Amino acid sequence: MRAPSMGRDVLIAIALLALLAVLPLVFPSKSFSDFVIRFSAFAIFATSLNLLVGYAGMVSFGHGLFFGLGAYSFALMMQKLGVSIPLALALTVLINALVAAVIGAICVPLKEIYFSFLTLAFQMLLYSLIIAWTAVTGGDQGLTGGVPRPPFLGVRLDDPRHLYLFCCTMLVVSLFIMWHLVRSPFGYTLRMIRDNPRRASFLGIQVWRVRVLAFVVAGIFGGVGGMLISLFVSSAYPDFAYWTISGEAVFMIMLGGISVFFGPLVGAALLLTLNDFITKVTEHYSLVLGIVILVFALGLRKGLLGFVVQAWHQYLPGARADKKAAPSRQH
Amino acid sequence: MLTIEHLQKSFGGVTAINDVSLHFAPGSLTAVIGPNGAGKTSFFNLVTGALRPDGGRIVLDGENIAGLSAPAIVRRGIGRAFQIASIFSSLTVREAILGAVNAHRGWYAHVGRRFPLAQAQAQADEVMELVGLTATADTVSGNLSHGDQKVLDIALALALNPRVLLLDEPTAGMGPEERRKMMQTVHQLWQRKQMTLIFIEHDMDIVFGFAQTIRVLSYGRVLAEGTPEQVRRHPEVIEAYLGRQYDAEHA
Repeated sequence: MRAPSMGRDVLIAIALLALLAVLPLVFPSKSFSDFVIRFSAFAIFATSLNLLVGYAGMVSFGHGLFFGLGAYSFALMMQKLGVSIPLALALTVLINALVAAVIGAICVPLKEIYFSFLTLAFQMLLYSLIIAWTAVTGGDQGLTGGVPRPPFLGVRLDDPRHLYLFCCTMLVVSLFIMWHLVRSPFGYTLRMIRDNPRRASFLGIQVWRVRVLAFVVAGIFGGVGGMLISLFVSSAYPDFAYWTISGEAVFMIMLGGISVFFGPLVGAALLLTLNDFITKVTEHYSLVLGIVILVFALGLRKGLLGFVVQAWHQYLPGARADKKAAPSRQH
Repeated sequence: MLTIEHLQKSFGGVTAINDVSLHFAPGSLTAVIGPNGAGKTSFFNLVTGALRPDGGRIVLDGENIAGLSAPAIVRRGIGRAFQIASIFSSLTVREAILGAVNAHRGWYAHVGRRFPLAQAQAQADEVMELVGLTATADTVSGNLSHGDQKVLDIALALALNPRVLLLDEPTAGMGPEERRKMMQTVHQLWQRKQMTLIFIEHDMDIVFGFAQTIRVLSYGRVLAEGTPEQVRRHPEVIEAYLGRQYDAEHA
């Protein structure tokens, strides 16, 4: 078994970024660019949640906390402190990491459903804080006055093309880092802990420490997703920290596939497309979405990409039969 | 090398381990036997950090390790395998053993490089060869046969290069032929690695066929200890565990 080459992955990332960069030439409409920006934010957010759910076996119901925290931290720093965008980004990452470390240290020792609901409780705590602290957060109206976007290094995020490229770059860089992490010894340790935490500890692994680290990494990228959405809407709203945002990330993972790294990306694209499409044709958005999710939950449990990967392994000559049969194997 | 002094553990009103004192010489092969509920697995759990003792000392090479966490005890050189194979069902055999090697070397939280690290490969290959899992290296662990899962469980512990290896019923749930093969593998490991090996076993043919020394537990106490011959003839062991029929058959 040889370690996969990082150089090859860098080339793929550059090619992907180049592809995203030229897409607006093929689809020049603003709605397409807006879709890709929203997709970038939610794809990073959902993939970060899947680090916890798919790789570490930690089902967080409150991951939206970090999305909301990222959005508000970034927007408030830009609005109130007038710092540069790179500095605000770095501080947002730092704030999310610190908050995730504290919350992770409290939640991680809890088992399964207790962990899930305590994360949700922390998310609703942030939501309540946002609603109550009107003087700073704007309460239920959200931040008013817009988020300044001062130029940096020749990048002007008030230009929609620059904003598009910036979000695509953040998407590719974030995915690359997370992809690398799940293929590092740390990523395999997460799989070991997910499969059998007791055995992992009897191999000398500090299970608690690794889980907290995973929680911090996921919190950071959840915050990056929130930061991108606040740049896009030029504000931050309490809905970014409401429990439904966590639910959306869970739906994205379910729709795309929990056992495939790129599953949440497919899920994000699917859910956003469904959202945009269904709201145009009917007011019963929730009902239609519920039926779609039901179909996936009953018929496509591995999600769309998970199903494709499974079929690929099943019908591709030379595919290893034992690998395709593994119930929770990550691809 | 491994010395247990006045070890004590109770669960509520039930005393699982009662003033147990034992010594395991370096490189010895010891069976721990006793009736169900004698405290054998509790004893293993105490030695490996799964349980905290209420009293007593567990001394490994002069250091009292009683009450340390499981990872801390593993780092000091005590590995274990479980009665029910404890493996990583979604990983291939190779990935699982490489993961164990990474854990042993403290690289498990390494985020800067790709898995597997080149330095771990040779050790993983050696472990797989040692236990005979090379042919199934790319098989997902959850798809292995019961016997191979038990072997993998032992291989995971071996990847840690333990000085003391504890095997909790290595042949549990196996047929006669599988049992014999498993114990031959265990015996070869013991000979090649020259580690201290302690195993719990209910099959007396295996116990008396493989162990150098035997410790008998009953109701949380040490009932007897000695060579297989001494234990086989021990009247209290015959009374409490082996039974008169076994004694008569093997007289």
